[in-house]
Amino acid sequence: MVHLTSPAFKANAARALSDAGLQKALARSKPQFQAKRAKAAAGLPEFEALRDIARDIKNHTLAHLDFYLEDYAAKVEAAGGTVHWCATAEDARAAVLRICRAAGARTVTKGKSMISEEIGINEHLEAHGITPVETDLGEYILQLRREPPSHIIGPAFHLNREDWEKSFRESHTDLPPDREFRERRDILAEARTLLRQKFLAADVGITGANFLIAETGSSVIVTNEGNGDLTQTLPRVHIVLASIEKVVPTLEDACVFLRLLARSATGQDFSVYTTFSTGIRRETDLDGPHEYHVVLLDNGRSNMVGTPFQDMLRCIRCAACMNHCPVYQSVGGHAYGWVYPGPMGSVLTPTLVGVEKAGHLPNASTFCGKCESVCPVKIPLPKLMRHWREREFERHLTPATTRFGLRFWAWFARRPTLYRWATRAAMATLGWAGRKRGAFAALPLAGGWTAGRDLPAPEGDTFMARYARQRREVRR
Amino acid sequence: MPEPRPRVALFVTCLVDLFRPTVGFAAIRLLEQAGCEVAVPMAQTCCGQPAFNSGDRATARDLARRVVDAFLPYDFTVVPSGSCGGMIARHIPTLFEDDPAYRGKAERLAAKTHELVSFLRDVRGMERVEAAYHGTATYHDSCSGLREMGVKAQPRALLASVAGLSLVEMAEPETCCGFGGTFCVKYPEISLRMASDKTKDIASTGADTLLAGDMGCLLNIAGRLRREGSTVRVRHVAEVLAGMTDSVPPIGAARE
Amino acid sequence: MSREAILSAIRRGLRRGPLPPDQAAMLRGRIAAHPRHLIPARSRLPRAEQVALFVRNVEKEFGTVARLPDPSAVPGAIAEYLARQNLPPALVAAPHPDIAALPWADHPLLQVEHRAAREGDAVSLQHAFAGIAETGTLMFPSARERPTTLNLLPETEIVLLRASRIVGAYEEAWDLLRAENRDGRTGGFMPRNVMLVTGPSRSADIEQTLELGAHGPRRLHVLLVEDDPSARA
Repeated sequence: MVHLTSPAFKANAARALSDAGLQKALARSKPQFQAKRAKAAAGLPEFEALRDIARDIKNHTLAHLDFYLEDYAAKVEAAGGTVHWCATAEDARAAVLRICRAAGARTVTKGKSMISEEIGINEHLEAHGITPVETDLGEYILQLRREPPSHIIGPAFHLNREDWEKSFRESHTDLPPDREFRERRDILAEARTLLRQKFLAADVGITGANFLIAETGSSVIVTNEGNGDLTQTLPRVHIVLASIEKVVPTLEDACVFLRLLARSATGQDFSVYTTFSTGIRRETDLDGPHEYHVVLLDNGRSNMVGTPFQDMLRCIRCAACMNHCPVYQSVGGHAYGWVYPGPMGSVLTPTLVGVEKAGHLPNASTFCGKCESVCPVKIPLPKLMRHWREREFERHLTPATTRFGLRFWAWFARRPTLYRWATRAAMATLGWAGRKRGAFAALPLAGGWTAGRDLPAPEGDTFMARYARQRREVRR
Repeated sequence: MPEPRPRVALFVTCLVDLFRPTVGFAAIRLLEQAGCEVAVPMAQTCCGQPAFNSGDRATARDLARRVVDAFLPYDFTVVPSGSCGGMIARHIPTLFEDDPAYRGKAERLAAKTHELVSFLRDVRGMERVEAAYHGTATYHDSCSGLREMGVKAQPRALLASVAGLSLVEMAEPETCCGFGGTFCVKYPEISLRMASDKTKDIASTGADTLLAGDMGCLLNIAGRLRREGSTVRVRHVAEVLAGMTDSVPPIGAARE
Repeated sequence: MSREAILSAIRRGLRRGPLPPDQAAMLRGRIAAHPRHLIPARSRLPRAEQVALFVRNVEKEFGTVARLPDPSAVPGAIAEYLARQNLPPALVAAPHPDIAALPWADHPLLQVEHRAAREGDAVSLQHAFAGIAETGTLMFPSARERPTTLNLLPETEIVLLRASRIVGAYEEAWDLLRAENRDGRTGGFMPRNVMLVTGPSRSADIEQTLELGAHGPRRLHVLLVEDDPSARA
């Protein structure tokens, strides 16, 4: 499982800011992600209207989530599949292991799945003698490097070409050590050849799901590489890892999300492979899995229903929020310290691991609102981050200095006459002290501000004092 | 018969009150040019945003009530800040979910609260200003102004009428400068990084002046520019539109 | 049991018990009616332009298209394409009646095996159920005569698509499937697998730079048979 380092967010962020390789990767990816999404959204005149519809469909589904989940599960079973309802991550790990053991599995191939990171399935399988193999190119190199993903759709975007070459040379020791990687294509070709053998040898394939469809009992994956399809087609057993909020009622509902997902995520009009899987191989089929299992994970999500955080269950994991977040674009994904980074993670992580551990995340935002403005399902991310700050305040988790500062300032703000007198005296002093330079390079108690920037000096008078004086003069 | 002059209450904002009174006087001048009768309710202090964004709802609600009481009697409330304007127009009503009496009042106040420049342009139909400024300016879209109050075209349209001023755009005028209220002192390293990205963007435009509509952003950007030794002049957009740039040096610049 | 725990937690959040029968019936009605939402106007075009949009979108996504006057031209077009790509004249083809009926005998040098794909197959010929103009997308519902592995294992996938099977939007393709497909196991219309394919496989995981042919085909070539007079350019 991804080791939780969210409590050390500040230290993580400081490290990230001075990590030259990461900063190079961020500088490369940010303009690409943002420009591509903007172009794709502008290319579909109905894009904004679809965002409203998508929000409404998810709200409808969540308001009847129990019904749609039961309906979905019944359809899966009619198609020869099995649904494993798992309340906790532990239940889900146990279910996957049970299925793998029953299949006598030694090797398991995996498509990209954030749920698999959330429940830490790789470590669990390894501990029980089963080898998981990540097959998404980005996830594959992270597995070689034993690193967690830093982004939910571009898990290894933080790596540079030299990192890929180095890791491949260190890990693929059967290949000639002096081989050349002249182009990126050569790196890709090596991975393709090696992973093809894994696909063919695997006993079980595990994928995630972008959507579950109640109408047909289908799980949907959206990918570009084709690794997810090989993962779910070739082995005898296919396991789908999906969380409960992935369900939508019909194919027509799914179409709305499919029109938004790739455009919001990678800026493509449509991803290369959008695949609907429904149950087991049919009697006449020439390929496809003989077993189809859906491990349906709750892991705290049902507790979000009926709370302000229910809005977060609309998320379709497109990553537009992090691609547009100036904080994420400064520190990358690892700094957030758990599976889900960026604004969506800052809302979701405290729900899943506890706000006492992940309290930094909803605080590390300027509330600039860019995330909400690009979210395809219009999740009010800043509002939800503020909700977390309120819960922290209620539970006295807000740092004492902040609480004291707020109380001190509010005491004055409630007393306008005193406030004006006090601020007038303070600004007169500051204004006088700063008159020559016009700004302060250092000030007591303002170290956070002045470490890297000056504090512009005030004019000296407060507005209220000057205004009152002018009024008196006019009257005279 | 001439239309009666609307009674506009100016919500000065803490940062203008404390750091940059000239912006308040510029706002008054512009509002009067737009045919308004301007009042400054003396009971005002702060809109409560720092408490609201720190999760202290009780304090935010307490201060919000005072704002509602002081400003509701006027035809409009105008704020030379998208951030404080957004607090009154978008957030204060959400503080009174369990208090229907105040909720109604807060919603009525919200509906007649505007950011200064968008009020001049959209509500008062101001097409041009009588002002001159010698320089090339670039305009930073403050986040709340842009995303909560819809401020984007209005300042650019009015700045276009300022004699001698030319406007150039940054690559990312809509990207946050890293101020974020208490964010800038809680996460100073990230805040600085964002401020430096902003100053780089400003430098690459070649502009000699940075304008914006929010004192928080302006103090942050000016502070960073100053630390970098930049000569870019930083001003609130209202100072330029009101032709008051001679009465006070740029933000963060020496006065003597 | 987890199922009950999850469902009752959801109901607790929604502040109600299991859905009353009338409301459940309403939701079943919604599923049965599967109402369409806003469909982008971009694909609502006269037939010829719709087909042209399909072709343009396939090409935009790095696929290629050859337009053929009738099915008898298919084997020749394949032979020519393989020669141009420097590929041996051998392929594994979907065991579909439309493909079986092609005049393969006219091209005796082409080795054709009608089966699912295996490792080592270089070229596949797949049968498209429908084409979707909106994004240049091919629809492949799995069936005995349309094995999924043909879309995945070979480096080169050639696709046979009749112009009359090109529709505007995804919803229209689903309606075709609803109308024409019966699943032996469920009695519904959904087969085990439906792939919507838009261009050849790709990855941008290495430095956000697009490379084709990640795990699936590196080339996707569509043979578009003009069986629809109104669709001709």
